Amino acid sequence: KAVIPSGSHMKGWCHVWWDSLTILPVQHGRVAPLAQPPCGRASAVHTAATLRLLNLPLLSSDIISTVEFNCSGELLATGDKGGRVVIFQREQESKNRLLSRGEYNVYSTFQSHEPEFDYLKSLEIEEKINKIRWLPQQNAAHFLLSANDKTIKLWKISERDKRAEGYNLKDEDGRLRDQFRITTLRVPVLMPMDLMVEASPRRIFANAHTYHINSISVNSDYETYLSADDLRINLWHLEITDRSFNIVDIKPANMEELTEVITAAECHPHQCNVFVYSSSKGTIRLCDTRAAALCDRHSKFFEEPEDPSSRSFFSEIISSISDVKFSHSGRYMMTRDYLSVKVWDLNMENRPVETYQVHEYLRSKLCSLYENDCIFDKFECCWNGSDSAIMTGSYNNFFRMFDRNTRRDITLEASRENSKPRAMLKPRKVCTGGKRKKDEISVDSLDFNKKILHTAWHPKENVIAVAATNNLYIFQDKIN
Amino acid sequence: MFSKGTKRKFSDGDEEISDESLVGARVASSYSLQRQSLLDMSLIKLQLCHMLVEPNLCRSVLIANTVRQIQEEMTHDGSWHMVTEAFCGPGQSPSERLVATEVLCRSREQDAEPKLFSVISYEGCREEEVVADETLCSVSVSDTVSNVCLAGRVGQCWEKSELSGVERDEEALEDSRLDSGEDEEIDTEDGASTESPKTTGQVFGTFEIKNGSPGPDSALEELFSDVDTSYYDLDTMLTGMQSAPKMGPYDLLDSLAPSHSSPSIVSTPTCRSDLNELDHIMEIIVGS
Repeated sequence: KAVIPSGSHMKGWCHVWWDSLTILPVQHGRVAPLAQPPCGRASAVHTAATLRLLNLPLLSSDIISTVEFNCSGELLATGDKGGRVVIFQREQESKNRLLSRGEYNVYSTFQSHEPEFDYLKSLEIEEKINKIRWLPQQNAAHFLLSANDKTIKLWKISERDKRAEGYNLKDEDGRLRDQFRITTLRVPVLMPMDLMVEASPRRIFANAHTYHINSISVNSDYETYLSADDLRINLWHLEITDRSFNIVDIKPANMEELTEVITAAECHPHQCNVFVYSSSKGTIRLCDTRAAALCDRHSKFFEEPEDPSSRSFFSEIISSISDVKFSHSGRYMMTRDYLSVKVWDLNMENRPVETYQVHEYLRSKLCSLYENDCIFDKFECCWNGSDSAIMTGSYNNFFRMFDRNTRRDITLEASRENSKPRAMLKPRKVCTGGKRKKDEISVDSLDFNKKILHTAWHPKENVIAVAATNNLYIFQDKIN
Repeated sequence: MFSKGTKRKFSDGDEEISDESLVGARVASSYSLQRQSLLDMSLIKLQLCHMLVEPNLCRSVLIANTVRQIQEEMTHDGSWHMVTEAFCGPGQSPSERLVATEVLCRSREQDAEPKLFSVISYEGCREEEVVADETLCSVSVSDTVSNVCLAGRVGQCWEKSELSGVERDEEALEDSRLDSGEDEEIDTEDGASTESPKTTGQVFGTFEIKNGSPGPDSALEELFSDVDTSYYDLDTMLTGMQSAPKMGPYDLLDSLAPSHSSPSIVSTPTCRSDLNELDHIMEIIVGS
């Protein structure tokens, strides 16, 4: 019997979805085309039920490439390889339900990026959404930034639930009225209508990145944001699309000397002049935009000294940082490399304060993982709202959570077989050698095609979103 | 890690070896074999990734660093020399031989890396478009540029996107793309003279398309000697396209291998169909 460690987020996690109608998680890209709902909540349920019947096969364009909660947690955005964005909205809590927690339904779907062709280089520019970041909400509409390899777009998502009726110049169908027929003048009246959610692109920030964009991050001043590619970081103003400031440039004069690239970047959550960027050599640089216009000289340099006993030809590759995230407090930051997650105190540069092994059992398999390219997988990581726990993904649709206070960890699996609604998730364990216990899975049986690269944690509650290839799973912790 | 032990000799074991050193040698040889296979794997990955559409720069850098690491260690070991001999032997597939000799025939100080990338300057090319690329490079004739294009610059692989990179405001983007491409090509003329013309010249997307007069280079002379204007004819074009062979990554390298010895283009009929295909593509793009 598995013992669930204590700690509120370490207690049972269960799969939350709509009603008992839906057993399958939403197949990401299929929501909109199948049934175009006018986007009420009931219609989303209908869509999901339809999906279950159809049992659609996997399309590579449906592979989820990014997951992000908005600042309140009410909305959850996902981007996929086909350039689409699907936004889920949390249902208002209902007193009729046994579980008072709301569930997430489809709120809006739109095509954010289209495939492009760079005629000069004769190369396709992938429409895959690399990152989505929400802007803090300032009015009734919601804004998000979505980025593919080359272009960032600011989208406005707004609701419309009223329609003006009684126009003078056109009739209800929209056709122009014959002017001779207009004998009286009337004031149009706003009538309620079915809720419609519209997404419209408000800004397009293009042509500023030679290399592939890997990160975008909204600054705490709510006016600027940064975008990072392999060699450069640009600072944008949200209102200005025709220029951006280049604040980091690590491109060597002689490209033959290139040995390090930027892998991720993020703005500090509170200090609008501070940002960090990570590299493929496992280093993090913290920069202050007040110091110089071009922040090539870092203010702080974070690197853990290498352990000489574990040095191998793969040491550099597995030290490459795939994600960097500030804690909500702004005091810490977390980095994800291939085998571990590290928590750094911004005041200490020479080593992390905490290191968590995600799947240390893979260390002996690095050669095979290099051969099948899995060693280059870029896993993301995330904090919970209170910074007491961190989460990251692994293979075989496993994802891991670590409690920083109790130092306990748990491995869970996002899979259809285990996701009866409201059923508790069973902790999983990988057997590293010797006798395999019941319910354990051996390292060689892991499915390396099922990787969880993208996870997100609700900013306030214990609700998590986990993207497993083309499926999105939403889990919440069990209410007693 | 395994201890290095005694150097393994490639000649087989006629010699008598004591038990202890045999074990040591086995351990060492096992390590060498592993290291060698890792090197081979890395080189192949680099070749392949330069064949694909817009290769992942981070991945390429990491693999290249791994290769450099192995090479450094092997050089310190002294086993680099032995590998050279082994690779230059018969029975290797042309592509491997090509890469190996490219890599190994340079001393370490000259940084084997540029040679490495010289063979794989196809960054950004798609497989099916490679044929057109080859021709594209050959067609690009501007007196100052042609030699340089064919000679190319080592390390062009990284330069692929840089040549169309944004160096200034994007109003000037279109200008700057061609400008920077031109400038960089011209600047590196001297640095690349040792490169084999075919291998390094074929960097994508850096050339202006110009009709007509061949440059002074003898390769271009040969290229154009057999070309007639019938390739502007639609029928010929379509025929040409159909007969243009699809080339996989190693086929391409095969076609490069002969160019080591002679500067001539591989086959003129292929070339003509390449030109046809190129023209067809250009028509689509320009929308004539």
